[in-house]
Amino acid sequence: MEALEFIQNLVTDYTLRTVAIGSGMLGIVSGTLGAFAVLRRQSLLGDAMSHAALPGIALAFILTGSKSSLVLLVGAALAGWLGTYFVTKTVGLSRIKYDSALGMILSVFFGFGLVLLTYIQKMPNAAQAGLDKFLFGQAATLLQSDVYAMSVIGIVIVLAVTVFFKEFKLLSFDPEYGKSIGFPVRWLDAILTALLVVAIVIGLQTVGVVLMSAMIVAPAAAARQWTQNLGVMIFLSALFGCLAGMSGAVISSLSANMPTGPSIVVVISLIVVISILFAPERGMVSNLIRRYGNRKRLRVDLTLSTLHALAIHHNDPTHAHEASSIRVMAPSEFGVEKTLHELDKQGLVESNSEGKWILTQRGLRRAEELKANNGSEADD
Amino acid sequence: MSSSQIEIQLTAIVVAAACALPGVYLVLRRMALISDAISHSILLGIVVAFFIVHNLSSPFLVFGAAFTGVLTVFLVEVLKKSGLVAEDAAIGLVFPLLFSLGVILISKYSGDIHLDTDSVLLGELAFIPFDRLEFWGMDFGPRALAVMSGILFLNILFILLFYKELKISTFDAGLAASLGLSPVIFFYALMSLTSLTAVGAFDAVGSILVVALMIAPPAAAYLLTDRLSIMLILAVIFGVVSAIAGYWLAHYLDASIAGCMATVTGVVFGLSFTFAPNRGLVSIALRRRGQRLRFAVMMLSIHILNHEEAGNAAIENRVDTLDRHVAWDKHLIEKVVSKMKKSGLANTDSGLLVLTDSGRKFAAEAMLDI
Repeated sequence: MEALEFIQNLVTDYTLRTVAIGSGMLGIVSGTLGAFAVLRRQSLLGDAMSHAALPGIALAFILTGSKSSLVLLVGAALAGWLGTYFVTKTVGLSRIKYDSALGMILSVFFGFGLVLLTYIQKMPNAAQAGLDKFLFGQAATLLQSDVYAMSVIGIVIVLAVTVFFKEFKLLSFDPEYGKSIGFPVRWLDAILTALLVVAIVIGLQTVGVVLMSAMIVAPAAAARQWTQNLGVMIFLSALFGCLAGMSGAVISSLSANMPTGPSIVVVISLIVVISILFAPERGMVSNLIRRYGNRKRLRVDLTLSTLHALAIHHNDPTHAHEASSIRVMAPSEFGVEKTLHELDKQGLVESNSEGKWILTQRGLRRAEELKANNGSEADD
Repeated sequence: MSSSQIEIQLTAIVVAAACALPGVYLVLRRMALISDAISHSILLGIVVAFFIVHNLSSPFLVFGAAFTGVLTVFLVEVLKKSGLVAEDAAIGLVFPLLFSLGVILISKYSGDIHLDTDSVLLGELAFIPFDRLEFWGMDFGPRALAVMSGILFLNILFILLFYKELKISTFDAGLAASLGLSPVIFFYALMSLTSLTAVGAFDAVGSILVVALMIAPPAAAYLLTDRLSIMLILAVIFGVVSAIAGYWLAHYLDASIAGCMATVTGVVFGLSFTFAPNRGLVSIALRRRGQRLRFAVMMLSIHILNHEEAGNAAIENRVDTLDRHVAWDKHLIEKVVSKMKKSGLANTDSGLLVLTDSGRKFAAEAMLDI
């Protein structure tokens, strides 16, 4: 497909436009709330909630006979909230740990949902086709009205996070302190959890039960690598989520039989990998570079001060030493020869005709500086 | 019961027992959610292995898929150790990606694979009897039953052989390391078994309900005992009971067998959570009530003693006005007074509550305690 034609399609093709905007909105919402979930060590709560929503969807259908998104989503939200409540109670009232409680609620609720779904299939008005799309999500079935609804919910969520920014920040980093200065921590927790449930529930339709957890965790985990500032992190997280949502939708439209949800997940995972590797400061690559630099500096300093110590020992700063005696004196193994040549290049040491090493005047000054700076550390 | 009903139940039982065994260690190690990750990412392994061997029932496929499970654990560990993301986030990053890749492969090449994502997620026990293991023209029963029996046998063998080692590395990794047992080796051995079990079970119950079978029965057992060996046995029993009860529930509701099994595991946990001796909700509530009453008896005895000694007992210690003086509700006062009389701590004498000798002693001791 030509680029121009493609852009034209993006603007004119109703389905593609709807799906791309819908997925982008979802990315913004889940990215925003995911930032808090990840910081509060609740990454997998999203996974559990999205699974727990299934029986809610099925029950809502059985009770109302309605297949309208709104009714089903209310059911999903109630079930998701109930699942969270169960997890909290199980952990609070018994010695079952958080991970077990979460895994249990996730799978048992889902199993119960499955029982209800298979029951629905046998009902006379079994138009259940609309229900199992929640399993994997079918972004292609998004309607313009769904996108409007998602946008409204998205705006509400972004507004709520803006209004309660300070409170949510405190809740995420130091809830105990928050409680002690009189913040209604339990209410804030309930509000944030409720918002998360809403985000998950609107995501079910687009990416499905299984992949919704990635939409919560991945944008936030990627954003975390680039900044130490919560506001910036939330912004980046929403941006990454939006980018992944839109480009995932586009990729799946470009290729036949390419499901939208998994495409979005692959894109957001790529963003995570890039962030983890290449983010400045926290990234693995910059970490390696920093570590290499540190090691080199240590090596240089150590060689210089060893040579200096030997020279003092001989009461002659210009006394020449063989590389092997420096190696013996140094407290740990490292490339002494290589380091001496490096120091030579910097003009801090020089070798005499016998291949022994002597401190230059500059080297002597530098070694004395080092000794003065390190103080007692260098003496032992 | 028809023979296929028996075969389905047998398979369900074997799957449940095989899942419960590694599940015990996952629950104890606080790694329950790794089972969720493993059971999803093996989808990628199954698809890739299928492309290579073109045979859904090859043992190579089972081990290939199990390898993806171990790879998942390895990636989670690498991410965790990098310190860049927390453990739960690491799990949430790895398995959706691997699962997505599996789903994409299936969707793109669905013409070539007899796999669809629904059956992977949900499994279908009812179809188990149709795929039979045949050698030399003889029928060895459903293939899934044979495969799962093998995996169950491996699990039992591993736990029997390395019971002590597993126990130490589970409860005290530091001690295990200092005794020369490598916790890393046992960790990955356990993860390999978990992956293998998840692969074997995915046909039957699908990747999400495997989690229920791995976590809920051990969690229920965990509330009933402090001994590892008993916990293992109880977990297997709970798994088996859930399998049979789930099968019949599904039979009567005409619903998904795996779904019913998972639901029953939840019910079993709920029962254990509510009624477990010592740790159950009921016994906690009873204990709390007993403690509250005992404490109230202590406080009231001290009140009576104080005022008997102070000489204003006639005002302070009248049974019908006690509620005003100690500011408790009348109902509680009645209960406490009757408890005190019953245990011989006090008597009523013309409307006054009077301590007996043992009551005086009790109150004096209670004061010292407090």
